[in-house]
Amino acid sequence: MEKIKKNGQLYDDTLTEEDFSPVPDRAAIVDQIRPSMRYWPEVGKRLMKNKMAIASLTVLAVIVLLAIFVPIFSPYEYDASNFLAAKQKPSWAHPFGTDKVGRDMFTRVFVGTRTSLLIGVIGALIPYIIGMTIGAISGWVGGTVDMVIMRVVDVMLCIPSMIYMILILVVLGGSPVSLIVALALSGWMGSARGFRGRILQFKNREFVLAAKTLGARPGRIIIRHILPNILGNMAVGLCSAIPGAIFAEAGMSYIGLGISPPMTSLGQLSTDGVAVFMTEFHRFFFPSLIISLLIFALFMFGNCLRDALDPKLRDEDYMARVYRRMRKGGRKA
Amino acid sequence: MTKYIIKRLLISLLTIWAVATVCFFLLRLLPGNPFILQNPLDMKNAEKMMAYYGLDRPLWEQYLSYLDGLIHLDFGYSLTHVGRSVNAVIAQYFPITAQLGVQALLLGMPLGLLLGILSAVRRGGGLDYGCQLSSVVLTAIPSFVLAAVMQLIFGVYLKWFPVSQWLSFRHTILPTLVLSIGVISGHCRSMRTLMLEVGRQDYLKTAKAKGVSNVRVVVFHQIRNAILPMITNMGLEIAGMLMGSYIIEKVFSIPGLGAYFVNSITGLDYTMTLGLVVFQAVIVVAANFIVDLLYGLIDPRVRVV
Repeated sequence: MEKIKKNGQLYDDTLTEEDFSPVPDRAAIVDQIRPSMRYWPEVGKRLMKNKMAIASLTVLAVIVLLAIFVPIFSPYEYDASNFLAAKQKPSWAHPFGTDKVGRDMFTRVFVGTRTSLLIGVIGALIPYIIGMTIGAISGWVGGTVDMVIMRVVDVMLCIPSMIYMILILVVLGGSPVSLIVALALSGWMGSARGFRGRILQFKNREFVLAAKTLGARPGRIIIRHILPNILGNMAVGLCSAIPGAIFAEAGMSYIGLGISPPMTSLGQLSTDGVAVFMTEFHRFFFPSLIISLLIFALFMFGNCLRDALDPKLRDEDYMARVYRRMRKGGRKA
Repeated sequence: MTKYIIKRLLISLLTIWAVATVCFFLLRLLPGNPFILQNPLDMKNAEKMMAYYGLDRPLWEQYLSYLDGLIHLDFGYSLTHVGRSVNAVIAQYFPITAQLGVQALLLGMPLGLLLGILSAVRRGGGLDYGCQLSSVVLTAIPSFVLAAVMQLIFGVYLKWFPVSQWLSFRHTILPTLVLSIGVISGHCRSMRTLMLEVGRQDYLKTAKAKGVSNVRVVVFHQIRNAILPMITNMGLEIAGMLMGSYIIEKVFSIPGLGAYFVNSITGLDYTMTLGLVVFQAVIVVAANFIVDLLYGLIDPRVRVV
């Protein structure tokens, strides 16, 4: 064989057939280099790896299941009073005790959880959807429409949300539906502002231009092209909007305008409990515990979801921790 | 700059007018009559009272006379508290509500910012974990439950602070603590995120590469840039805190504006509700205005000439 000298090294410039071999399966090699993952399954996988996420999901699942099944299978009705069993401390017959007219607190707490969850989820979702629609119109159309909508939002944000809530509750009375209407009317401004900003952020991007060039209508562009980009953020936002709605209901109950008895909610039960917490501690403790656990789990799940959506943040957290441990170890040695 | 200020002032006035108008007509949509509500059997007296307060006149006439009062900074007389003007109620009770809010802000903002900065600097450390966890735990508990627990621990068992009322500085400590918890955890969380975001910027790497000390980098480069976005939110927040929290006022029986606000809506006291809403709108608008101007002073990049 002939050898060529180049840069002081010998190179073989003739290649024989043995030097080549067919690629067995191109896809297999690509897979070896980097397993391709779609976005959402990957997010799900990261979420499932996070112990905190599993823990908060478990707590949420337990509370939701209890809220669904306890009222169905309980031997007591949530509104059936029994004066012979009034003001009892927790026992096997009444795990959470009874209230001043002898209603079983265990049943009442989970009926209340049902109401609070209903108000929390629907009362967070509806203002979100209204705000999204209005924000999308405002951001997409722009110009005078945008100006007018944003001024309306400014004015409405200046009026304390309590006034809408109280007005609607006074007119419609204390039912879950009127609370949801009140939340919808007083809560859409924030998400409208946020969604408008998102639309503006993506409006002039190339992929939107491409879709426009292909003749897609605004509705399709927003739903099929822009929405997937911000779905993660929306999910996190919704996770923190649900506790907000549950708290708003609790606050209204505290003022005395929430769900009217005998129907009940976690806010109403813990409000009643606060009044008697020196004498009937169980009536204060259990509803407050369930509402706090519920909100805590929702917040935690929201945090974990945010981390799973933006793994860069969590990896940085992890690396920072490793570096700190290394530095500490170094100092000791 | 002058032109910008004048423009902003005009927009602010328009906003306040819009709030007053919307609320004026919104309140009249409520069914019922404030005087029948007070004394359901006395229809004749109710009619007389309606005439006395001018509520029997056409709505647009009432609206115009209300606007006339508003221009002269007169919110009118309360319908349910006989003989008291809305101005007098605000003058008497707003200082109490504002004191509570200002104390909570003075405690909460610096502490929250400090904790946020420290947890970002010592990221992944014990303090960081503690702050993140406790901020979630404390915000998960409804404020009236938290207040009741604090009353029980510090008021009943330890006897450090009075359980309720608003008489001396010692009485103000517990409500201030409960109200500031939200401020602390909110500021801590957003400051931490902002600090970490700034920490990724190239100019920080440049500063470190040039041999600037760690403390200097954090204090002069990182905090300065991280704190700017916090200022934009401060307007609404300060305004919200100045109006206090009705729930906290109720738990600690503090004689603030909150009780007047809720009772005036349920009691159909149109002038009182309207007066308080417009008053709050003025505070929100003014706080936003001041914050915008300050922002221009602090960050020359956004200065509008």
